[in-house]
Amino acid sequence: MTFWSDPINFVAQWLRDVFTGWGWNPGLANAITLLLGALVLILFAMLLDIFLVWVERKVVARFQDRLGPNRIGPFGIFQPFADIVKLIIKEDITPAGADKLVYNLAPILSLTSVLLLWAILPLAATIYGTDLNVALLYLVAAGSLGTLSIIMAGWSSNNKYALLGAFRMVAAMVSYEIPMVVALLIPTIITGSMSVKEITLAQGDGGVWFFIAAPLATVIFLISAIAELGRSPFDLNEAESEIVAGFHIEYTGMKFGLFYAGELLHAFTFGGFLAILFFGGYRFFGLENLHPFVGAIIFLVKALIGYWVIMWVKYTVPRIRIDHMLGFNWKFLTPLSLVVLMVTAVLNQVLAGTETWVYALVMFLANVVIGWLTLEALRAYSRSQRKAEEPAVESVAQAAQH
Amino acid sequence: MLFEYIAIATLIVLAVIVALIAIGLGELFGPKKKMEEKSMPYESGMTPYGPGTRRMPVRFYLIAVLFILFDIEVVFFLPWAIVFRQLGLFGLIEMAVFIAILLVGYIYAWKKGALEWE
Repeated sequence: MTFWSDPINFVAQWLRDVFTGWGWNPGLANAITLLLGALVLILFAMLLDIFLVWVERKVVARFQDRLGPNRIGPFGIFQPFADIVKLIIKEDITPAGADKLVYNLAPILSLTSVLLLWAILPLAATIYGTDLNVALLYLVAAGSLGTLSIIMAGWSSNNKYALLGAFRMVAAMVSYEIPMVVALLIPTIITGSMSVKEITLAQGDGGVWFFIAAPLATVIFLISAIAELGRSPFDLNEAESEIVAGFHIEYTGMKFGLFYAGELLHAFTFGGFLAILFFGGYRFFGLENLHPFVGAIIFLVKALIGYWVIMWVKYTVPRIRIDHMLGFNWKFLTPLSLVVLMVTAVLNQVLAGTETWVYALVMFLANVVIGWLTLEALRAYSRSQRKAEEPAVESVAQAAQH
Repeated sequence: MLFEYIAIATLIVLAVIVALIAIGLGELFGPKKKMEEKSMPYESGMTPYGPGTRRMPVRFYLIAVLFILFDIEVVFFLPWAIVFRQLGLFGLIEMAVFIAILLVGYIYAWKKGALEWE
């Protein structure tokens, strides 16, 4: 291992050697190296977050036919720094009657729950926080911490809008967690492991990107990730025209900033997980073998594309009603995800030991058939709904004629 | 094995510290002028009436109960998905039976109207 072939691990090893050279015991040297590594990871995530504020504002401006920030620096790229300074010099108000401890803990938990996810994101083959063997379970668990922070913020603010927003958000998040976990199980079944590293490797040499073998799971994961993020069309938590800002209505200054930063980073992180689970992570036809940093760039570009798709949906689709949203999940997405899971499991058993391309092709065709049948069922249902409504309309028209 | 969780614990501590620093900066540089009007809960400019935390529609709790039903199912899915290859046909049939039992509960909930938002 030289500096050029693997800079991150080389520096880590060098630091460990230096610390043990100072006469520290190896455990302490390891711990300090770990601490520095975690610090670098968090600083990278926060810098990326600042960049994402700019990306989000610029992209939404383009969607709405505006210019967006363009005054501070080239293309307004230093706008987020001005935003941060402004947030810092704002007064920090705790509303009367708020539960102070819970109220102040909620934004911290919100940001922490997102940064936790960065521990398992493999940026490249040798650049990752840790390689957990239960990474996908960890992803769901850390996501649930985000739910907790929202209910804490909503309940402790002593505000009706905040409470209503928090309840709506939590109802949506717990509902959509089920199709999301089932969608996560499909790469697990195909790979036979929950580690994100194994899943990325399985999509490399001698494997296909999982969105070919499991297109429906990709779509289900994307939809439930958007719902989990509380972004439009599922942004009932902060429906501006009804409940102003939802659960973070009472937060000012940097505490609001933490919620905002957490939301943006969360969206990007889900774009990253979409890339890892279904689009090959840091792999791109062998290009990632050149250098770990090339892999990291490939991964970040893929994650940014996923993030862009989430933004695209957010700024294109209007908000839907809560009964439609929950009905869509419980009556459509959950059964569909279970069907996809069972079909994948059966086919995986039947196709064990076949060539990769046969496996991928049969899986893809099975997904197409399920998707087509689902659409047919939906069409038949809406046709019967229309038929049920038609006579009523005719009788009204006849009554009007007489 | 344990080392990975130590790494995550380190990350949790550092993330909390970073968040605390961000909030601390706001405390440090922000003005502090307390006013009674300022600390009122925001209600579109009207004087708020009644308590801020009040009873919520029972439908939300129904969603929570449904979630528990399906979440427990998912907990059983997770280990099954990993050892799926080793279990072979037995695991497949076992899970089909499990889903069939679950389906009975699901259909019952649907027929009872638990999935309707009315």
